[in-house]
Amino acid sequence: MRYLPLTDDDRKAMLKVIGAKGVDDFYTDVPESARLGGKVAGLPDHQGEMAVERHLSKLAAKNRSASSGPFFVGAGAYKHHIPASVDMVIQRSEFLTTYTPYQPEIAQGTLQTLFEFQTQVAALTAMDVANASMYDGSTACAEAAVMACRVTRRKKVILSGGLHPHYAAATKLLCEAQGLEVVHLAVAVDGEMALADAVDDQTACVIGQSPNIFGTVTDLSGVADAAHEKKALFVSVFTEAVALGLVTPPGEMGADIAVGEGQSIGVPLGFGGPYVGLFACTEKLVRQMPGRLCGETVDADGKRGFVLTLSTREQHIRRDKATSNICTNSGLCALAFTAHMTLLGDKGLKGLALLNHEAACDLADALEAVPGVEILTPRFFNEFAFRTPMNAEAVLAMLDEAGVVGGVRASRLFPAESMGDVIICAATECTTPEDIEAYAAALKEIV
Amino acid sequence: MSMNTQGRPTAPTSTSVSDIETVSGSRGLLQAEGLIFEIGTSETTGVDLPAPQNRTGRLGGVARKVATGLPGLSEPEMVRHYMRLSQRNYAIDLGFFPLGSCTMKHNPRLNEKMARLPGFGDIHPMQPQATVQGALELIDELATWLKTLTNMPFVAMSPKAGAHGELAGMLAIRQALIARGEGETRKRVLVPASAHGTNPATAVQCGFIVDEIRADARGRVDMDDLKAKLEKSDDIAGIMLTNPNTCGLFETDIKEIADLIHDAGGYFYCDGANFNAIVGRVRPGDLGVDAMHINLHKTFSTPHGGGGPGSGPTVLSEALAPYAPVPFVVKNEDGVYSLVEDMDGEASESFGRMVAFHGQMGMFVRALAYILSHGADGLKQVAEDAVLNANYIAAKLKHVMTPAFEGYCMHEALFSDAFTADGIETLDIAKALIDEGYHPMTMYFPLVVHGAMLIEPTETESKATLDQFCASLESIARRAAQGDETLKGAPYLAPARRLDETRAARKPVLKWTAPASDTVAAE
Amino acid sequence: MSTKLTEQVTFYTEDHEWVTVHGELGTVGITKFAAEQLGDVVFVETPEVGKVFKKGDDMAVVESVKAASDVYAPVSGEVVDANAALADKPETVNEHPEADGWFCVIRLSHGEELSGLMDKDAYLEFCKGL
Repeated sequence: MRYLPLTDDDRKAMLKVIGAKGVDDFYTDVPESARLGGKVAGLPDHQGEMAVERHLSKLAAKNRSASSGPFFVGAGAYKHHIPASVDMVIQRSEFLTTYTPYQPEIAQGTLQTLFEFQTQVAALTAMDVANASMYDGSTACAEAAVMACRVTRRKKVILSGGLHPHYAAATKLLCEAQGLEVVHLAVAVDGEMALADAVDDQTACVIGQSPNIFGTVTDLSGVADAAHEKKALFVSVFTEAVALGLVTPPGEMGADIAVGEGQSIGVPLGFGGPYVGLFACTEKLVRQMPGRLCGETVDADGKRGFVLTLSTREQHIRRDKATSNICTNSGLCALAFTAHMTLLGDKGLKGLALLNHEAACDLADALEAVPGVEILTPRFFNEFAFRTPMNAEAVLAMLDEAGVVGGVRASRLFPAESMGDVIICAATECTTPEDIEAYAAALKEIV
Repeated sequence: MSMNTQGRPTAPTSTSVSDIETVSGSRGLLQAEGLIFEIGTSETTGVDLPAPQNRTGRLGGVARKVATGLPGLSEPEMVRHYMRLSQRNYAIDLGFFPLGSCTMKHNPRLNEKMARLPGFGDIHPMQPQATVQGALELIDELATWLKTLTNMPFVAMSPKAGAHGELAGMLAIRQALIARGEGETRKRVLVPASAHGTNPATAVQCGFIVDEIRADARGRVDMDDLKAKLEKSDDIAGIMLTNPNTCGLFETDIKEIADLIHDAGGYFYCDGANFNAIVGRVRPGDLGVDAMHINLHKTFSTPHGGGGPGSGPTVLSEALAPYAPVPFVVKNEDGVYSLVEDMDGEASESFGRMVAFHGQMGMFVRALAYILSHGADGLKQVAEDAVLNANYIAAKLKHVMTPAFEGYCMHEALFSDAFTADGIETLDIAKALIDEGYHPMTMYFPLVVHGAMLIEPTETESKATLDQFCASLESIARRAAQGDETLKGAPYLAPARRLDETRAARKPVLKWTAPASDTVAAE
Repeated sequence: MSTKLTEQVTFYTEDHEWVTVHGELGTVGITKFAAEQLGDVVFVETPEVGKVFKKGDDMAVVESVKAASDVYAPVSGEVVDANAALADKPETVNEHPEADGWFCVIRLSHGEELSGLMDKDAYLEFCKGL
């Protein structure tokens, strides 16, 4: 009970001030049949800090962390190095234990970092404006599809076959709940350009990804042109934010909306969350954008300050007419992103992106040299798919025994496709030449 | 004697603070700080990475043309920049944060330490399940606690926040109606006027139509209005009801409401935002609830982080459990945990996938650390102390402020602005609290109370803190009742004065752009 | 058929819209009373030219910092013009609500609807009662 400051004497004195006999008096509105005699049955009582730490450490020890050996898993989340100072910044009480900055006079710290975050995301994606972040990349993608329908007043959304299948699923779910039609093109390693042929007069938006789920990078300018010709929007998706330091960003391809996962910059793998969704769009669409926005203004003394703005789009004011039901952003993860990006700067980001690409090139070279292995991804940043001469699940299990976490089998992501012999793997700046050597050696042994 | 007159004076002389200008713009410990774009350069970097060899061989020419131009800072500059900004924030670690409906309680540091164990923080959501058995076990253990505390048979763990949990619950209801063949006909969702804005917004996102029900004079659902709305019931999908409600009151007729909705063929979505008032004392499953999200960042103390990330696991009744979203964790007979990710087998009726991966694992670790620390006995004490603290504040202030409703409250005390003089608003009282060193209460919510002031102290505040706060608020309330015009200018002592929100909204400036003179100089 | 009026007459609704009728066209805006109640207007979403509304439909949105309000069509008809100047200067709605702060021009399809609206005196009386 170390977190509860009231003493029994306090409680007695307070009840006296209130004029109540006991706390039971406060619960008399609870229907008789739902009042518990004592505490909830079937659960243990409180434990001290040591006991809790021991228990959770034991659970943690059963997991194999990405840093403990050669590790090549990507597919929407990436193992990158996070500078120690980034974690120190987000552990500051003033950022960690504060609320949404609804009282700007005592939240300029949070607000200024959000303004910096929005500027960084806009620059990274080469878009006009960005919001203060979303839950993650997949929900940002779903919100982008719905927004595109709102903007164009059309009801058809077309997804590329290279879109991360989880993103596609989340988008399909939200769209169909609102009576919108979703067309999902055939799964393909290098098929993003098929969007250009699929777009028609009814299409609200086409959603393409680069690098896509198989790692393929594509200049989607042609898709954007085809979409604009039909007065549809082009939504450009990415799951690896570091890639934008090197590959063509959404804004350079003519995207109307850019969405993606920002985990790669400052946010740990954490078994899938919390992450930080990035959401950017053109100036023209800003009032249709979901999520929080921070804007610059002045205070009563004329000094520069920042506030949450354009909040009339949001649920707490618009209620059933809001652009989205979203009530939060991913504030602390956005701060981690901003702090890390501030350490990197343009120069550091470029260097980091190059290191990632070079590690992936070395990995591809090494794996390609293994007899029977075929690299499937024609152009890539730090992730690619390859075919093995055996069942991928069996290969990954044997790699695991050899101490190598070799990637994700495509059949886990696409159970309905016949991709039983395909593995998707990623390399980052954390990947060492020894890791690559170990992977190639183990794979050679297996196949 | 020797007269040594050197040395500094030992007592201060008095000068008015507002007269002091500094060259730097800093005010002592409050350091002036620009934006990173004004401090850094794109050639500076604060990381030491190995030098790349500039190979772009496999990129296929899909290369970025225009550099980001983003500035970098060295590590000491970066650290100092964000430390200086942090000093402009109020935080629960700094003081009392009685923000109603937000449950700003102490965030134990043990939880942070546990979430950073490499076995939790440094594992990938898609690595082989055999290598993450401890993580799956943790999710299952937390799920068991949530199910037992609510007496509900199933919990969907993947929702990323409270509103996302609402979406999970309402999509489950939608799917259940579709399975009954009534997906097209049952579209009406009843929502009380006092509901949080996410409720109607969520219902609409799921394709439902919102029908608002009135509050009665006691701040509860108006049962006559509810019954009238249910007279024609073949289009009813369900009700979204917060309990304890947004007025800080327990819905007395909750079981009757649940029965009426069920009889009408609909489902009962309970917004669990206020679970802190009843955790360990009342189980929502005993009240007829079909779905309820649990804000781990409220009741179970995962940090609010300046606006997220949150986490919103959603418990489901037998009727809705088959439609739960994928993925979810199951424990097999051999004791091995596995993730059900595909929509077949036991997930064949699932409404689908809401999000990439498995939910907010980082928050699960923190919430479980919090829950284990309290146990069944401690959680009951949490609810009781939270409710006791709120009623103590209500009792101490009812003589100077206007309670919105009669009787005891649950975990938050609600006042209207009826006691203020003409021209003084709730906003002015809130801003005056800032000068007193407190975070303001929630204001103008719920909408059913004029100039609402919603005060939620939580259980982690001491009696001494509450006494001090009440003394401050009582003094402000008296000034408000007397029409003290100086309140209109508050806060005077905060890092910033009141901000011009009209200007921000009329001509939105949403990112930094280089001043025109810089561009010219660069060319 | 629309009622032909030879001179400009302004009508008011209980929802605080005004419509000044000239021939078969009506210029629509929100009243001074409404503009004062809303506070600083920060954004106006005017209807698209060519859209057809029935009396009482949501036609436009006017936003202040803390609230967004729907503006209802005071009469049925087709939008033939919208006030583009409000995009850059939403404050015009506060400064001249019943002149330069107009929202749009509607070609009336049901002129008889005007008989159900108030004249200026009746509207001012109505506001006193609020």
